[in-house]
Amino acid sequence: MPMMRGRTAAFLLASFTACGTALAQGKPEGGLEVGRQMLAEDNPGELWVQRGERLFHEQRGPKNASLEQCDFGMGPGRLEGAFARLPRYFSDSGKVEDMESRLLKCMVELQGVDRGAIIRARFSNLDRASDMEALATFVASRSNGMKMDVRLEHPREREMYKAGEYLFFRRTGPTDFACVSCHGEDGKRIRLQDLPNMTERKQIQTVVAGWPAYRGTHSTVRTMQHRLYDCNWQMRLPDLGFASDVSIALTSYLNYQGNGAAIQVPGVRR
Amino acid sequence: MAEPMKIRATLQGDTADVRVLMLHPMETGQRRDGKGEIVPLHYIQSVLVTHNGKAVLDAQWSQAVSRNPFLGIRVKGARVGDKISVTWVDNKGDKRTDEATVAAAS
Repeated sequence: MPMMRGRTAAFLLASFTACGTALAQGKPEGGLEVGRQMLAEDNPGELWVQRGERLFHEQRGPKNASLEQCDFGMGPGRLEGAFARLPRYFSDSGKVEDMESRLLKCMVELQGVDRGAIIRARFSNLDRASDMEALATFVASRSNGMKMDVRLEHPREREMYKAGEYLFFRRTGPTDFACVSCHGEDGKRIRLQDLPNMTERKQIQTVVAGWPAYRGTHSTVRTMQHRLYDCNWQMRLPDLGFASDVSIALTSYLNYQGNGAAIQVPGVRR
Repeated sequence: MAEPMKIRATLQGDTADVRVLMLHPMETGQRRDGKGEIVPLHYIQSVLVTHNGKAVLDAQWSQAVSRNPFLGIRVKGARVGDKISVTWVDNKGDKRTDEATVAAAS
């Protein structure tokens, strides 16, 4: 009898394991959703908006200037709705730029801060905060409630969009991955993290409307530049340059695809 | 330098729902930095919440509390317009006080 019992137990265990595996293939448990909801109600990212606002108006850098004259496409210092239209073409630089590359340009040109230094400190870590993350969160939050509205009116903007579309679908690198390999159908995930299907408008809208976002596992706010950098790393590709044309092309593609999304920044992510 | 807190206080019945977000590294004294050296203990030691100047919460915290802590409390007998003030002091003597006014429930 004891042997029988042992066998039954072993059988039960096996069936539970099979059950568990089956579950793991589907949607993760609802507990994650509850946690996310709690974070969203009291989003620590709000603190980055505060800090970004202070940094934006403060006179800083060798030129002792604020960023109040920074032009995000709506005219110097006009932030309302600016993020909703980015990336866009800027005649002063002759390039299509996103929010972070614009901030970078303003910090270099208005404040005289060393470009290399900003890029080295573009992402915060546990030992050092990043001004870029706070500033980007603040600037983006000034478009809250508005709809993503990338227009691609300039030929260069359409060029960037096309390049972004190409990059999104092109398999590359040692693992032969494209963005679409993970983001091309419903129900995919990395470990427990659900991956949005970015070939579907609704899902891509939740993505572009919610970055910069507070990331719980990083204890900080991350921007779209970091999201793309991290995806790039996950595909084992060479490091994505900060504010590089590749990153801006991808952002152009994603944001245009997500047009109509109601912006709510900072978002909350795992 | 201590960054400002974000305090939200909304009245629900005769109780104020107070939610506080703080920005603090809350170092446990166990983590090593990029150079492999231990990052010294740095955490909020005491938190004092007052309601119109009267203490309603006086807490002693440890390094077990997470980075960028969130504190939620309910204050009985509050009214719209009451002042809720929060003060924290960390083990390096750094401190920060911020104040909020109780708002009507939206």
